[in-house]
Amino acid sequence: MSTTMTLAQTQQELVSEFAMFSDWQDRYEHLIELGKDLPLIAPENKTDDNLVRGCQSRVWLNAQLKNDLVHFTADSDAMITKGIVALLVRVFNDRTPEEIIGASTDFIDTIGLRAHLSPNRANGLSAMIDQMKRYAVAFSGNASTA
Amino acid sequence: MKTKDAPVTKAYDVERIRAQFPILRELVHGKPLVYFDNAATSQKPRRVIKAESAYYATINANVHRGVHTLSTKATEAQEAAREIVRRHINAQHAHEVIFTGGTTASLNLASFSLGQLVLKPGDEVLISGMEHHSNIVPWQLACERHGAKLKVIPITESGEWDLTQVPFSDETRVLAVSHVSNMLGTINPVKELIAEAKKRGIITAVDGAQAIAHLNVDVQDLGCDLYAFSGHKAYGPTGTGVLYGREELLERMPPWQGGGEMIDTVTFEKTTYAKLPFKFEAGTPNIAGIIGLGEAIRWMEDYDFAFAKASAEQGKSAFAAHEHMLLERATKELLTIDGLRIIGTAKEKVGVISFVIEGVHHYDLGTLLDQQGIAVRTGHHCTQPLMERFGVSGTTRASFTCFNTTEEVDTMVTATQKAVKMLR
Repeated sequence: MSTTMTLAQTQQELVSEFAMFSDWQDRYEHLIELGKDLPLIAPENKTDDNLVRGCQSRVWLNAQLKNDLVHFTADSDAMITKGIVALLVRVFNDRTPEEIIGASTDFIDTIGLRAHLSPNRANGLSAMIDQMKRYAVAFSGNASTA
Repeated sequence: MKTKDAPVTKAYDVERIRAQFPILRELVHGKPLVYFDNAATSQKPRRVIKAESAYYATINANVHRGVHTLSTKATEAQEAAREIVRRHINAQHAHEVIFTGGTTASLNLASFSLGQLVLKPGDEVLISGMEHHSNIVPWQLACERHGAKLKVIPITESGEWDLTQVPFSDETRVLAVSHVSNMLGTINPVKELIAEAKKRGIITAVDGAQAIAHLNVDVQDLGCDLYAFSGHKAYGPTGTGVLYGREELLERMPPWQGGGEMIDTVTFEKTTYAKLPFKFEAGTPNIAGIIGLGEAIRWMEDYDFAFAKASAEQGKSAFAAHEHMLLERATKELLTIDGLRIIGTAKEKVGVISFVIEGVHHYDLGTLLDQQGIAVRTGHHCTQPLMERFGVSGTTRASFTCFNTTEEVDTMVTATQKAVKMLR
């Protein structure tokens, strides 16, 4: 909970960050850097069940509900993919299930990331977002009764 | 347009070849396209694109049905393409050339029909450890249907068949192997293995998907019973393919799909089938594609042979020699990259180079090469058992063709070095 920014503010921050880069190399180097800040999934959670389907590199994603907030951990064996997960985690991490369910993901297009990803990777990206929202939906029931 | 008919005088003129491919003028991420994914699908020369659209613009009609002029013209054009294919692969008869949707469809036809014809419980089908999934799964399905078993020729460290361990047995009914490996580039000694199989009375099928654009395929010389390939990997349209079959075997094989075109007479009690090749061509074929495929082969023959004739090495394929030169350059230069390992170091290879780099995921590399305008294939290349054999999850593969240049190879090497620096 290092930030008090809203989900929308975090998205805006990412958009501004990526707007600084005019060439592909800087953009990808930044993405790779982001990957290094990703809250890593515990080794015992790197199971086939936690693999995100639809990605060409392996992506593991796990979520826990802590104090009514969804806490994500993840990892990937490819650095660019790891950067992409990190980007999503930065936006969705430690939010309420309702915030995550209701969040728009337009920022991905604004960053210009989708245009720089192959359709395969873009599918992977959608798969990651779907998976995060599915966790939120699953937790939304628990949160209200907790 | 003028240059098309000018006589070929140089041994190899890559610019003249490049001028035939409209797609090479495209930019990718603002950079000139370097297309090194030729083993996945080849680009199309203008002549092929024109032949296909000319069919639709001038003679589009269903084949073998109408008495009207267009239908006759369309039928003639399609059957002319069959004759071109026959001549190109040196089949004895044009009716031994069956048009399909691609190598995958050809192998499904072969495995389904052969399964019906020869497989019984306890029988074996022999494939090799470097097969594409298209030459594994259809045979697995046939084995499941008939209670047969799949046997596999092991692969050596260099990416070749281990000929000391070919598991032939008294139960082997079918040998189904690739002519050239899509992941390793290995040119397999199919002729020798077919000879061995024939001595044992085994039916032989060859997956020629990766061979057709790079080797002079002569089905009679190979001695195979069946030979499958795709048009789209040999400068032809997607959705076209061929299954060559020896007449005597095709006559015995039952049809795979039923429908129009493949029948002689139909009553509700009994249907008799059309003669070859139509027995295996149910439904309206991909007429435009087939005509394009015929043109692709003619294009390939025109340029390849013309250059070969003008070169010192007569009788050899000029395209193959050019691709080999690119392969040698890429191999030498890529190996200067720290931690790079080439998967597939057979003596006989087509222009395919698969590699892994320590600490670099193939997917990251593929993405960063794409940003630099370079198209390579990354992943398991539909050969998961082969990946397991070499203990890797995937590779980066560059595959060369007649229009690639040494400058493009150098561009790829520099771009790879740049990507590695970013990723380490």
